[in-house]
Amino acid sequence: MITKKDVEYIAGLARIHLQDQEIEKLTGNLEDILGYIEKLEKLDVSQVEPTSHALPVQNVFRDDVVRPSLSQSDALKNAPQQHNGAFKVPQVIE
Amino acid sequence: MTTQTEKKFETVIGLEVHLQFKTRTKIFCGCANEFGNQPNTQTCPICLGLPGTLPVFNRTALEYAIKVALALNAKVSSTIKFDRKNYYYPDLPKGYQISQFDKPIARDGFIMIPTASSEKRIGIHRAHLEEDAGKIIHDSDIKASLVDYNRTGTPLMEIVTEPDLRSPQEAYDYLTTLKLILKYLDVSDCDMEKGSLRCDANISVREVGETILRTKTELKNMNSFKAVKIALEFEEARHRAVYLAGETITQETRLWNEIKQMTVTMRSKEQAHDYRYFPEPDLVPFIVSTEQIDEIRQTLPEFPEAKLNRLKNQYGLNDYDANVLVQEKAIANFFEDCCKIYQEPKKICNWLTGAIAAEINSRNNDIVQLKISPQNLTALIAKVENGVVSNLVAKDILTMMIDSGQSADIIIAEKGLAQVSDDSALEKVIDEILAANPGVVAQIKEGKDSAKGFLVGQAMKKTQGKANPKKLGEMITRRLLNA
Repeated sequence: MITKKDVEYIAGLARIHLQDQEIEKLTGNLEDILGYIEKLEKLDVSQVEPTSHALPVQNVFRDDVVRPSLSQSDALKNAPQQHNGAFKVPQVIE
Repeated sequence: MTTQTEKKFETVIGLEVHLQFKTRTKIFCGCANEFGNQPNTQTCPICLGLPGTLPVFNRTALEYAIKVALALNAKVSSTIKFDRKNYYYPDLPKGYQISQFDKPIARDGFIMIPTASSEKRIGIHRAHLEEDAGKIIHDSDIKASLVDYNRTGTPLMEIVTEPDLRSPQEAYDYLTTLKLILKYLDVSDCDMEKGSLRCDANISVREVGETILRTKTELKNMNSFKAVKIALEFEEARHRAVYLAGETITQETRLWNEIKQMTVTMRSKEQAHDYRYFPEPDLVPFIVSTEQIDEIRQTLPEFPEAKLNRLKNQYGLNDYDANVLVQEKAIANFFEDCCKIYQEPKKICNWLTGAIAAEINSRNNDIVQLKISPQNLTALIAKVENGVVSNLVAKDILTMMIDSGQSADIIIAEKGLAQVSDDSALEKVIDEILAANPGVVAQIKEGKDSAKGFLVGQAMKKTQGKANPKKLGEMITRRLLNA
């Protein structure tokens, strides 16, 4: 059973701010999704090979060859704040 | 009734080592994998986590990971998949780290570590591949954190032991043994100062005889193997004291504070982790065939333990000498190259662990960069053994050989450093010395034998160190007896 508290917790992990009505709506949505998953769980998949990917593709590699990187100024172009060539972010440790 | 102080405690430790690979490029993009460059000069839309980009797996990173797995005697997974580990922190531009959750590349391995009496098997629970995060610099002056994403996407292998270690010293021995094996593999710099090798520790303490583990604490922020050992010793004592006081340990992450030499609680806010792992949809699965694993197995080097035993058996070296040589694969190889040219293993070993080691240290260099070949070194050692130069002069010649890259022969000829072994030339020198020091000669004749050393010293001075002091001593004795 998904509660309002669960939705608030998940929203917190995803750094999403939700209005009260949205939380209520999502609580119902998530409950429906879980109900559907429960339905799927009832299927007999003992004969189906487990898969982690939808595409029938394997072993897509890249050779260990250096390619040009972005310049420092390009890399920082979208940064709201920068300092001495670094991305400046709110202090994470005092 | 037993008092509490009689309780016998047992320490249980498990270690997590993070190893950066020295591939040319990052794990999922073509940015250079180099340390120490200007911040944010090795990034691209993929490792910056910009929308619409797709990671592509570096073939060499997989090869290195399989090498490590084999070196750890682990089972290599035939199917490799990646998972997303979700957490929100500025060092992670995508908001998730590509890692491996339920199917690590390696499982159930072990390495043997030396103990006082013999050796002990330390189980490797698992080892998996992931991408490194960026580097955060905390700048208190500007009240902000600064992020450099050059490190983001560096191939990283996490090696997790079973809780098999029973003391901080064992943890230390495991780390040094593991590091040597990893260095032999040549897949990483293994440099803790540069962060290419990092270690976190899990520790719990229980009473002897208990079968289940008590609450553990996780220790982070140790920047050397010694710091790992001291942090574990501190934490071991803390757990014991808490239990003796009748209290309980809280499961938490604690940071080692190098200045205060103690562990301190990490603020709980940062450990509120719920990673919500799920399969990485941007990467397809990778299948490793047994043929491929066997092929990589063929490329594995001889490992330190095997090399140690072989050096002892093949060259008759003692445990200490062989152990010093295997600490650097290049030195051990150099030793063997020398032995092929000149069959005096003990003498070669003494030069390598003595004079050559001193030159390497003082020059902050390694044997490969040192301009000396096995041919040149063995030729120099032969000169000492044949009495052409004294041991002392040979050390100076070695320094000159390294400075100039020239052979001993050329230096000896150019500087006239060959020992004077021509008897008539030495007799002439002794004549002069005896004539110049009648007082000393008289003393010796009266039985003060120690005064002879003075005459030898004078003669050495006169020959500019080129005479063999032993021979001079014998000649002086003979002359005085005959006088």
